[in-house]
Amino acid sequence: MKSNGRSGTRETAIAAVALLIVLVVPFVHRSPAFEDFVIRLSAMALFATSLNLLVGNTGMVSFGHGMFYGLGAYAFALMMQMTELSLPVAAMLAVLFTTLAALCVGAICVRLSTDYFAFITLAFQMLIYSVIISWQSLTGGDQGLRGGLPRREIFGFDLASQLHLYQCCAVVAVLGLLALRHISASPFGQTLRMIRDNESRTGFLGVVLWRARLWAFTIAGGFAGLGGVLAALFVSGAYPELADWPNSGQAIFAVMLGGINSFLGPVLGAAMLLALNDVVARVTEYQGLVLGIVILIFALGLRRGVLDFFRVAWSKDSQ
Amino acid sequence: MKLEIRHLTKSFGGVRAIDDVSLTFPSGSLSAVIGPNGAGKSTFFNLISGAFAPDAGEVLLEDHDVVGRSKTERMQLGIGRAFQVASCFPSMTVAENLMAAVTARIGEWGNIVRRFPPPGVRERAGEVMELVGLTHVENVEAAILSHGDQKLLDIAIALALEPKVLLLDEPTAGMGPDERWRMIERVRRLWDQRKLTLVFIEHDMDIVFQVASTIRVLCYGRVLAEGTPDQIRNNQAVIDAYLGKEEHAA
Repeated sequence: MKSNGRSGTRETAIAAVALLIVLVVPFVHRSPAFEDFVIRLSAMALFATSLNLLVGNTGMVSFGHGMFYGLGAYAFALMMQMTELSLPVAAMLAVLFTTLAALCVGAICVRLSTDYFAFITLAFQMLIYSVIISWQSLTGGDQGLRGGLPRREIFGFDLASQLHLYQCCAVVAVLGLLALRHISASPFGQTLRMIRDNESRTGFLGVVLWRARLWAFTIAGGFAGLGGVLAALFVSGAYPELADWPNSGQAIFAVMLGGINSFLGPVLGAAMLLALNDVVARVTEYQGLVLGIVILIFALGLRRGVLDFFRVAWSKDSQ
Repeated sequence: MKLEIRHLTKSFGGVRAIDDVSLTFPSGSLSAVIGPNGAGKSTFFNLISGAFAPDAGEVLLEDHDVVGRSKTERMQLGIGRAFQVASCFPSMTVAENLMAAVTARIGEWGNIVRRFPPPGVRERAGEVMELVGLTHVENVEAAILSHGDQKLLDIAIALALEPKVLLLDEPTAGMGPDERWRMIERVRRLWDQRKLTLVFIEHDMDIVFQVASTIRVLCYGRVLAEGTPDQIRNNQAVIDAYLGKEEHAA
């Protein structure tokens, strides 16, 4: 067995190399489409991976994860528009706000059994979506927050420049994913897997089940909020669709497509989903139909996410 | 550690599953609980380990009542249990199962800063693995272990919590005759090495009469008899209710 210290270092090294490659690409070749893609992927990857902390690690299927994505985006955009706070401070406060919101929602939801947990998270999402739609004076209602985000430089970075936004999003996403990876590899992450595997035995080992679930829900909400901040930067505002339930569905698709039992599964799933969306949108207007078929093929053909599929195939080969 | 039960009662919708049961398990004893199906044996264990709250009565651990304490507190006070249907963490390896249990035992389950396993945990899990004889399957996922090894792992998880009193619900359930004896031998060794107060539920009368120093017979939620194997073997009420006319000479 490999030692923990080393595998932690190895992950950091892999992340650093990946980040370096992403940062170097624009200096070799500028492609606005690719840069757009990476920016959207950063937001989506954080969103989907944080959801997988609940779905894959803990076995809690939340249908309302989009509410925290949307809340993060609105909190950040509103703070930028209404205050003079610097961008990193506004971003951190937005994430903090989302984390607290997740703590409150989670406190009500996590004691419910699986089915009802899924329902009530969906209900909370609808509630938050309705509030965003109806509170026109603050949120702009169904038009969304318009007028853009005020330009504020951070350390010489101007986020109105696509290149700078690209670099910033890549760094934030990689750091966020590393943090999530660390949590999933911690004793707490192991506790979440114990709950997924055998809840009643976990209770007999002295784990306070509701507390572990609530922490997981809160952390996941916070990281979804961070994804929302990136989304708000990309669209220069916030739209109610970010907090709507089809958006939660996108995250669930990403998780299922990529694989729930591999840490990078949701990232791959998010990339596949975004790429599919882009390609399909160019060819036909019936995007949903095509997407649905593709997902069905994966679900029925592989019976698991892509990364999980390869992992199982690989471990069978090596036996 | 002495385990004493006083006037324990538990009903499920009008049925008295445990009806005014009083029993004492002296420190370091090895006792069997027997009785026909539905006698309340598993319920009895559930009441001691804190899975259910009793309607009345006391569960005394070294003369301290633990009724009203949570499962976690009882675990910390030293009550451990294994289950009738092996209860482990199927997606994890044997080593991970035990490291997870030790991590929970030392109160590190919520730690988000460290990496799993925390320092020292691997060693302690290794000791337990060696004690029960699971070292050869250390890196095998629990889901694909043999039935017997899963039962052993279940007991090992309980042992990783360092119990003083260990309750084993049918440790030999679902095993063939040879495997049963191997299992019970291991259990007896554990009891001896760890100086446990061990209580086990068992249906195989040969095993019960040979291994247990005292036997308690439950029937319809009540204590029908208790005593040494010889006393139980010749007890007319037990023969009528449970043993029947079969030969039980060892």
